[in-house]
Amino acid sequence: MTTPVLSIRNLSVEIPTRQGIVKPVDGVSYDVGKGEILGVVGESGAGKSMAGNAVIGLLNAPAHISGGEIWLNGRRIDPLKGEDMRRLRGKEIGMIFQDPLTSLNPLLTIGDQLTETMLTHLPISRKEARERAIAALEEVGIPGAAERIDSYPHEFSGGMRQRVVIALALCAEPSLVIADEPTTALDVSVQAQIISLLKRLCHERGTAVMLITHDMGVIAEAADRVAVMYAGRLAELGTVRDVLTVPQHPYTHGLMASTPLASQGRKRLHQIPGAMPRLHHMPDGCAFHPRCPHARDKCRAAPLPPVANERAACWFPMLPEEVQ
Amino acid sequence: MLAFVIRRIGQSLLVLLIVGLVAFSMFRFVGDPIDNMLGQERTIEDVERLRAQLGLDQPFPIQYFKFLEGAAQGNFGVSYRQGRPVAEILLERAPATLELAAVSGVLAILAGIALGVFTAIRRNGPTAHTIMAASLIGVSLPTFLIGILLIYLFSVELGWLPSFGRGETVQLGSWWTTGFLTESGWKALILPAITLGLYQMTLIMRLVRSEMLEVLRQDYIRFARARGLRSRVVNFRHALKNTMVPVVTVIGLQLGAIIAFAIITETVFQWPGVGLLFINAIQFVDIPVMAAYLMLISVMFVGINLIVDILYVFIDPRLRVDRNGGH
Repeated sequence: MTTPVLSIRNLSVEIPTRQGIVKPVDGVSYDVGKGEILGVVGESGAGKSMAGNAVIGLLNAPAHISGGEIWLNGRRIDPLKGEDMRRLRGKEIGMIFQDPLTSLNPLLTIGDQLTETMLTHLPISRKEARERAIAALEEVGIPGAAERIDSYPHEFSGGMRQRVVIALALCAEPSLVIADEPTTALDVSVQAQIISLLKRLCHERGTAVMLITHDMGVIAEAADRVAVMYAGRLAELGTVRDVLTVPQHPYTHGLMASTPLASQGRKRLHQIPGAMPRLHHMPDGCAFHPRCPHARDKCRAAPLPPVANERAACWFPMLPEEVQ
Repeated sequence: MLAFVIRRIGQSLLVLLIVGLVAFSMFRFVGDPIDNMLGQERTIEDVERLRAQLGLDQPFPIQYFKFLEGAAQGNFGVSYRQGRPVAEILLERAPATLELAAVSGVLAILAGIALGVFTAIRRNGPTAHTIMAASLIGVSLPTFLIGILLIYLFSVELGWLPSFGRGETVQLGSWWTTGFLTESGWKALILPAITLGLYQMTLIMRLVRSEMLEVLRQDYIRFARARGLRSRVVNFRHALKNTMVPVVTVIGLQLGAIIAFAIITETVFQWPGVGLLFINAIQFVDIPVMAAYLMLISVMFVGINLIVDILYVFIDPRLRVDRNGGH
């Protein structure tokens, strides 16, 4: 078996606070292979972005990696610091942020921002960098790239800016891209375009993608495999087909049931009762048990079963016939 | 762009007219210049004759109009006290003030920005904390007190630097005298320049720091870091440039303030500039000198603001509305 591009093993992130140490990411493991898109899905505060930031080494202090390992192309990167980590960012790991309106520097032309990124990582001349910048803009579908390269971000629409952001994240040809809610801030009509662009570029180049989102529709459309996170822990992991059609974790099932579908018409949407536990007040046993319709005594007391590389972290996974 | 500049110049002229009007109307309350010009042994006829000669018997709007008429031609009248044309006196005094203001301004801007950036980047370091604490002193101590303290320390106790005057000056061209070319000129400049620039420096520093901290929180800074750019590039190319947009406005206003507040520093150090001239003119109710000085200061204020507005457009591309092709 080939080594995965990204391999996270038992990763934990801790934040010391006045009320004690909280763990926004707690013992998470998953792999992303070459050319594969792994969807990371969960509610706000489930730790999905925090895990992405941990991988690229941009956790805001005082948050820090407190345990586990991160491997990139067979090299362990979680102990890297300062300059070593800086050289990896952009070159090996690209990142796409949520809001294209605020992730570009308003005072620099998009050409400046592209060339400075390439010149930082690649041994090329300024002139070559400019040519490659134009090519990169053409590739992400900016019409008239040669003329638009000297434009400032405010001269582009939101969707076009997100294309520029994607060009920036991919311009040094990283092997892994972390896309943190790349479509959340965009118009619905533009979302599908951006997702298919990201999908096409990464499949062409064999780039591994960690696609962080709370949108099940985006997962269904783009991802190959999906990791469902709940309260900092991995709830379920598997191929999109398996997880979305026959979820085994009651949380995934609840999430799926609360996603509106056009085919279901005006039926009242399902809600998962309650709210995700505060990180200061994590329940014993399975973090989901207070909201789980199938919770039993064992769920309340015993710590979670170790997360196998496939499927659900649950004592009593749902059977296919239970899923309606 | 041209239309913008013309519009701003028009507004500036209006501001100048209003400043002149306000200043002129205030002079009537400063006192009667005739009292100072004629001695105790005067007759009512003498007073009336001099009043008519100076045009002070005419109604206030006409006096103002006459002043404007002369000012537009570069003629500010004759000083009551010295009996020489005001333009000549101001021109003679201006180099001293301008050199002092230039040195303080450069000092305040360079040190202010450098310290502001430093305290923003190393915001939790002990050096940054010390600088921030010290800067409170600069903001809160009045200028004259700083001047007197510096004189006490460096002139009286240590005897390193002169406590007053401009040192030796060198004549450049027909009217410009400079203290930049002699050692005593530089020595004399140090204390007044620090006194005048310290407040502005701490102000610029604190402003740069808070703006920069704000900018460093922005998404595009995170994105720049995520692209692996060197921290020097992130801090100076990405963050500092965005920091400067609001800072430039304040710096512009502060440069105007440096020239205007030079009055206090010039009085403390007996610096032979226009500020000292103005203080002396007030004591003598020398209306032509006062009027010309106020007009000069307002021209500088307005001019600097105009330059700042134009600079703004150069720094921030979003303000360049008439870029062809645009959207």
